[in-house]
Amino acid sequence: MAVSERSAGSGAKNAKDARNALGADLGLSGDDLLEMYRLVALARAVDERMWILNRAGRIPFVISGQGHEGAQVGVTWALEKGKDWIAPFYRSIATCLTFGMSPRDIMTAQYATASDPSSGGRQMPGHYGSHEHNLVSVSSPVATQLLHAVGLALAARIRKTGQVALTIMGEGSSNQGDVHEGLNFAAIHKLPFIFIVENNGYAISVPLARQVAGSSVAQRAAGYGIPGVTVDGSDVLACYAAARDAVARARAGDGPTLIEAKVTRLTGHSSDDQQTKYRSEEELAADKSLDPVPKFREQLVAAGILTPEAEEKINAAIAADVHDATEYAEAQPDPHPSTAMRWVYAEDWPSESPPPWGMGEETASGSDSAPDSDAAADDAAADDAAADEAAAPIDESAR
Amino acid sequence: MALKTFIEAIRDGLREEMARDENVIILGEDVGKKGGVFLATDGLWDEFGDDRVIDTPLTESQIIGTSIGAAIGGLRPIAEIQFADFIHPAFNQLVSEAARLRYRSNNGYSAPMVVRAPYGGGVHGALYHSQSVEAFYTHVPGLKVVIPSTPHDAKGLLRSCIRDDDPVLFFEHKKMYRSVRGDVPDGEYTVPLGKAQVTHPGTQVTVIAYGLMAHYALEAADRVADDGISVEVVDLRTLRPLDKETVLDSVRKTGKCLIVYEDNRFGGYGAEVAAIVAEEAFDYLDGPVTRIAGPDVPGVPYNHVLEDWFMVNPEKIEAGIRKLAAY
Repeated sequence: MAVSERSAGSGAKNAKDARNALGADLGLSGDDLLEMYRLVALARAVDERMWILNRAGRIPFVISGQGHEGAQVGVTWALEKGKDWIAPFYRSIATCLTFGMSPRDIMTAQYATASDPSSGGRQMPGHYGSHEHNLVSVSSPVATQLLHAVGLALAARIRKTGQVALTIMGEGSSNQGDVHEGLNFAAIHKLPFIFIVENNGYAISVPLARQVAGSSVAQRAAGYGIPGVTVDGSDVLACYAAARDAVARARAGDGPTLIEAKVTRLTGHSSDDQQTKYRSEEELAADKSLDPVPKFREQLVAAGILTPEAEEKINAAIAADVHDATEYAEAQPDPHPSTAMRWVYAEDWPSESPPPWGMGEETASGSDSAPDSDAAADDAAADDAAADEAAAPIDESAR
Repeated sequence: MALKTFIEAIRDGLREEMARDENVIILGEDVGKKGGVFLATDGLWDEFGDDRVIDTPLTESQIIGTSIGAAIGGLRPIAEIQFADFIHPAFNQLVSEAARLRYRSNNGYSAPMVVRAPYGGGVHGALYHSQSVEAFYTHVPGLKVVIPSTPHDAKGLLRSCIRDDDPVLFFEHKKMYRSVRGDVPDGEYTVPLGKAQVTHPGTQVTVIAYGLMAHYALEAADRVADDGISVEVVDLRTLRPLDKETVLDSVRKTGKCLIVYEDNRFGGYGAEVAAIVAEEAFDYLDGPVTRIAGPDVPGVPYNHVLEDWFMVNPEKIEAGIRKLAAY
């Protein structure tokens, strides 16, 4: 099957045409577009706040979605919230926000609070998940989630629920064997499954040419007899259009679709990475032109949809949301060690015994508790150092 | 009550659970028309159809990963790995995903699924059709590991595994499929997970075993009984969570503990049992905690002389019992 190039809502149309037509051919109203813009801009604002908090020493680790937001909102908009399934990855902040998670949900994950709905503070930041919102829990080994989405699609078909299951990862992850195994199975059974590759050109430091033979992930779809679509990931509406077509195919029983969205990674791989070591200043500067946020904004302004009043309102709401989420997460308690053995299994087993040092009965936990001696303060410092040391190798594997 | 082979009991358990719950599906290599290479799923494809008995490509990671997703989506998958030897490509899905899903999501998600796999040697299966792989998975919190030894337990435990809300690995010793027969009750009985069973009461030496070795331990107990050595055999049935109380109660009574397992000795499952006994029953011990286990070579060799050398058997267990009883 041929690889097609998709483009919608951008290009040679003049402003007057765009005002009349923008989104209309896709069935999107002006209100839809404004909400999509709010989500793109909100994801960026939450993400930027995360970096500030990291540099201020408030949170130890950030993994970012900056540059990916347009593709994420465009794609997710095509799914039915509360019905369909998404198995996301660690850059999926805008995906999670679009599918129903709140800025508080995202921010408590950064702080690893007890109330963090993704993991109750058990996972590194970026490992989002919410059963309430049909977002499958993210892990650090990459590409494993593709098979979970395939399984969800299989369950949807067998149980005749009409659900579609979508998974997302970077092009680096797309080289894993699980991707081949899952695409093959999904294609054989024509499952309602969609595979999104957010191709930002880098697997941590390794450029596309060193990770993907033939330079296109979408082309691999031909080997499975399914459509492979390449789309400009900074074009929100093109991403929506491609995903909408894939959803229609999936719901009609026509099987999976692979969509490769070309995005840019505006930050380092994570807060522990310095991308100037392997990317030139010129390249980084050029990549700024692929930033989906100003691009979508200009598109909506030119179409007369994002008026100065509307923008002011959206910006104020985003600022309030980010402020609220930060304050909220800052104030949330840490999980207590007495909970650390919970949910290994559905039930507690008497033979799964606690360690000799107990379950935190003696020592107060959490950053809120004031160390009452120098020794306690030293212990805390040592813990921080250990955490910093541990973060680097984990990070290297999270490609 | 009916006399059944080990594999008939497993097949009956699968069929009855599929009839009981339409969310139970089976997926694996050759499980459909062929009914599995050992015929564990024989007839199920005819009875339940394409959607519920699914022949997969030769992709073990996919079989397990898809099962995890299907479980999240409300199904109760039973994944068959054709031989335990071939489960290794799925290690990441089992250990990083299935085992951790509930914990890492703070109980937001779980993966209720069963992974069935034939294991064990003594069948001329050589290095890659004879392995015991339980130690890799009993090491992992979040997974349950079950190894039945009788048709009764196989069916009753399999039912419990399918109904359990967590991922369970269910290892079946392939040498027992047609060589072991036993009474299986009529009706919908279950055998609970996490409960060992004393299969031969005794007073002087405790022998702890599971799977095929549970049978060999009983034979060895009979052999030494003539010489007045009273052996208590504990069949673990569930390896994790381990029924520590039954193990420790027996050792506290006999004061001597021999652990038997077919897997390589070094770092095998029995090593953990030995450590627990040493830590928690030290005051009661009248001799060293000992093991009879497979030699530390990378696999079971094919040639029958070499295979016989590798395999633990009743005579080797008997020797271990006599040595320990002499303390």
